[in-house]
Amino acid sequence: MDFLILNEGFRTLSALLVVPLLGALVLLTTSSASFARFWTLLITTITAALSLPLYWGFDATTAKYQFAEHLAWIPALNINYTLGIDGISLLLILLTTLLLPLCVLASWNYIKTRVREFMICLLIMEAAMLGVFMALDFVLFYMLWEAMLIPMYLLIAIWGGPRKVYASIKFFLYTLAGSVLLLVAIIALYLHNGTWFIPMMMGQEYSTLFQTVVFLAFFLAFAIKVPMFPFHTWLPAAHVEAPTAGSVILASVLLKMGTYGFLRFCLPITPAATLTFTPYILALSVAGILYGGFTALAQSDMKKLIAYSSVGHMGFVTLGIFVLNTQGVEGALLQMINHGVTTGALFLCVGMIYERTHSRELDSASGLGKFMPIYVTFLAFFSLSSLAFPGTNSFIGEFLILVGAFTKSKIVAGCAIPGAVLAAAYMLRMLQRMIWGSKPNPHPEILSDLSLREIVTLAPLLVFVFWIGLRPEPFLSVMHTSVAHLLAQVHQVTPQVMTVGTLLP
Amino acid sequence: MIIESPQLLFALLAPVVGSVLVMLTKNKPNLRETWSFLSSVAMFLLVASMARTVWHGDTLHYTLFTLLPGLSITLRADAFSMVFALIASFLWMLAVFYSMGYMRGLKEHAQTRFNACFALALFGAMGVAFADNLFTLYLFYEIVSIVTYPLVAHHQDEEGYEGAKKYIIYLTTTAKGLLLPAMILIYVLTGTLDFAPNIRDGIFSGDINSSLVVMLYIFCLIGFAKNGVMPMHHWLPGAMVAPTPVSALLHAVAVVKVGVFSTTRVMLYVFGTDTMSALNLGIPTAYFVSFTILVASIIALTKDNLKARLAYSTVSQLSYIILGAALLTVPGIQGGIVHIANHAFAKITLFFCAGAIYVATHKKNISDMSGLGRAMPFTFGAFALASLSMIGAPPVGGFITKWYLLIGALDANQIGIILVLLTSTLLNVAYFAPVSFKAFFGKPPAGEPYAGIKEAPLSMVIPIMLAAIISLVVGIYPDFFMHFVRTVTG
Repeated sequence: MDFLILNEGFRTLSALLVVPLLGALVLLTTSSASFARFWTLLITTITAALSLPLYWGFDATTAKYQFAEHLAWIPALNINYTLGIDGISLLLILLTTLLLPLCVLASWNYIKTRVREFMICLLIMEAAMLGVFMALDFVLFYMLWEAMLIPMYLLIAIWGGPRKVYASIKFFLYTLAGSVLLLVAIIALYLHNGTWFIPMMMGQEYSTLFQTVVFLAFFLAFAIKVPMFPFHTWLPAAHVEAPTAGSVILASVLLKMGTYGFLRFCLPITPAATLTFTPYILALSVAGILYGGFTALAQSDMKKLIAYSSVGHMGFVTLGIFVLNTQGVEGALLQMINHGVTTGALFLCVGMIYERTHSRELDSASGLGKFMPIYVTFLAFFSLSSLAFPGTNSFIGEFLILVGAFTKSKIVAGCAIPGAVLAAAYMLRMLQRMIWGSKPNPHPEILSDLSLREIVTLAPLLVFVFWIGLRPEPFLSVMHTSVAHLLAQVHQVTPQVMTVGTLLP
Repeated sequence: MIIESPQLLFALLAPVVGSVLVMLTKNKPNLRETWSFLSSVAMFLLVASMARTVWHGDTLHYTLFTLLPGLSITLRADAFSMVFALIASFLWMLAVFYSMGYMRGLKEHAQTRFNACFALALFGAMGVAFADNLFTLYLFYEIVSIVTYPLVAHHQDEEGYEGAKKYIIYLTTTAKGLLLPAMILIYVLTGTLDFAPNIRDGIFSGDINSSLVVMLYIFCLIGFAKNGVMPMHHWLPGAMVAPTPVSALLHAVAVVKVGVFSTTRVMLYVFGTDTMSALNLGIPTAYFVSFTILVASIIALTKDNLKARLAYSTVSQLSYIILGAALLTVPGIQGGIVHIANHAFAKITLFFCAGAIYVATHKKNISDMSGLGRAMPFTFGAFALASLSMIGAPPVGGFITKWYLLIGALDANQIGIILVLLTSTLLNVAYFAPVSFKAFFGKPPAGEPYAGIKEAPLSMVIPIMLAAIISLVVGIYPDFFMHFVRTVTG
């Protein structure tokens, strides 16, 4: 096929799906908690190791889908098992595989009950998430997309905090509501094209009305996942109640599903509608940036603070995507990775405090500087990264997004700037409270500094903070061609299709 | 000639290494202070050896990281950087000695954190001095804000937290809210953030919308809030809660000088004198900062707390530097730049004196210091000498500044600016002269209140005397710094 570079030899992508699932199967046969921990660590590490050759073998000069695999699955319905990755999904896959071993390490002592089941959920989650980024057949995609929901629901509902039932149901209902419309859009596209193959759906002549409706269905599903303001209310609840590993996966990978959906489906399949709705989406993005910033500033619960900061950060990502120029989209893609690294690390940090004090309140974590110097050092660097301090990863992402935004519209970019100020405000506020605090810590005796396991959990993320921050080229170079191709697809809209604008007030 | 040299990097790393060693040896105060001192000496020697190269008209250059095309972390040492780098690294050595005496004299807590952050502040200041582009400048500018926060909040009481909060809010809000968008817009418009090679050209080409350039200029002028230009100066008096060595460092070396250095660097090397005069930005700026010069002096008059008076004096004096550059005449720019050095030596002397008085007597208010000069003649002698420099009287350093600024104002045909300078000089006399006069000639309070009082420890008095003497030397032999300054103006 024209769109794929089929993989000869070892099927890496399939292996990434199969290894975690097999690992989960093996876990079913055992009941030992410590075996489950070591085994899951091993499996996730193997998966991470398997994914690294994707980067080395990646051909950055083509926009085609690489390492592709194509097998007939249900020929009667024309459904295939098609996998492939391009410059847009490559880094997200690596982020997922590299993050999972850290999630296992973070759950080492945190999860005390039903360890085996917890690890099974993690492994299924990993396979489903990787599958979403790799699937090129819409049915396969949708199946994996829905499959992610279940282990995530269980992670929150079983191992969550006091309000876990409320949070998990809310999470489930919100995302399910979005997915239903997604399914409708997918079927509509199938009826129009007669294929489930995603790349074939791009660049087709759809009627104005069709594009608009499909775009809106896509948009709702993905905007809930991102989450964009005003669809964000499930996020703080889910984050607060989820166990550390759940929060990390939620923040670092699941939120990226939404923005990945925008890039993979909305932009190339319904470009005219994208152009029409751009101003509204930019407005929502800016609203999200400001709303997330202000709300984060008012939180006294650390997890809520970081959850709202995610709303703001993801606002920057959607801003970057919908300015529809090279810097904006590349910045958005990079910022997706950065947010995964930094916010994931911050949730790990909060989890480590929670393990000691069993509280997420800022006040119970005040004045840590004296007792936990190593911890505080990590926390300081990750917080600085989160507020886009120059030299860290988020700065490059935010810089590119704002360059793209200023190129498109100075007003829009100017409106987003206060979001950067707010990020500094709430992060420095948190840092000040946690390192020094206005009053002494209530329980200094339980504040032991980080153990080796915890340092090993955080250190790789710190490496990425500075690696991306100081040498972003290896990360940007893999996306150039794919992003250029994507933008060409968007801007190829014929004037006749542009009349979609007349449908709107 | 441009020479690639990793020496720049070594000079930057000296304080970082020092800071790490300080943290590692926190249980051995003597060893810890030795590391501080050694790293300050190492940095000064490295800067001095680079200064020799720059003296002969060469420029040192070193690229650390290239992030994106046109966006890199690159260092350069040219004549302008050298003025700032030399004083900052030299005064750090004095400050290390002085703060040792001060902190131990008052048995302050958290001396390790204090020393470590002090060194890192110098790292930031040095990075600003050696920045080759706006991004590098911004990076180190922000580093200075972050690492000086623990210094300002040092006492960790309510007052300390309030002052530090104000400090960080003013500095990061202006940096993120104004400098960041200005930097990004400049990058969007020109595709680069590198400083121009000289002070005339700037980096804007003629076809860029001029009202946009004016807006960017205003963003930069206000955005570098460390320069203390009103109305963004409130953080400075608030930061007075810090221990006195920090105030001295803040006011003479690291923070405010970073602010004015950055402002003038951007005025001259990003916008350039050609663009500034074409868009008529210079003289309005001069009048804008004149407001700060006069009003801050008037506020200083009302302050009885010695450190507060010095703080407002700093606010006022910093604007001299920007005023000089804004005149856009060669003598004006020279006067502005050389004031970075002249003000530094004099102001650090004054703050050192305030700290010495506090350590020896625990007095903060000027009204309580009547007759104290007889008990502490060296301290108050140095104070008087440095006051002369602030006033701009010969033969102390400040006179050189005033001389060039006045010529610059004459060249620019700005009678108004000359009046501002003269008025400000009178105000300087009005708020500085009484301090020394009362100390030496005022009556001590009844009884024998100064019976047990003598000079502060030697480790404080020696740096004070050195700084005061240098203030005098740069007044009598101004040629050392003027050589660099003349290279800047070409």
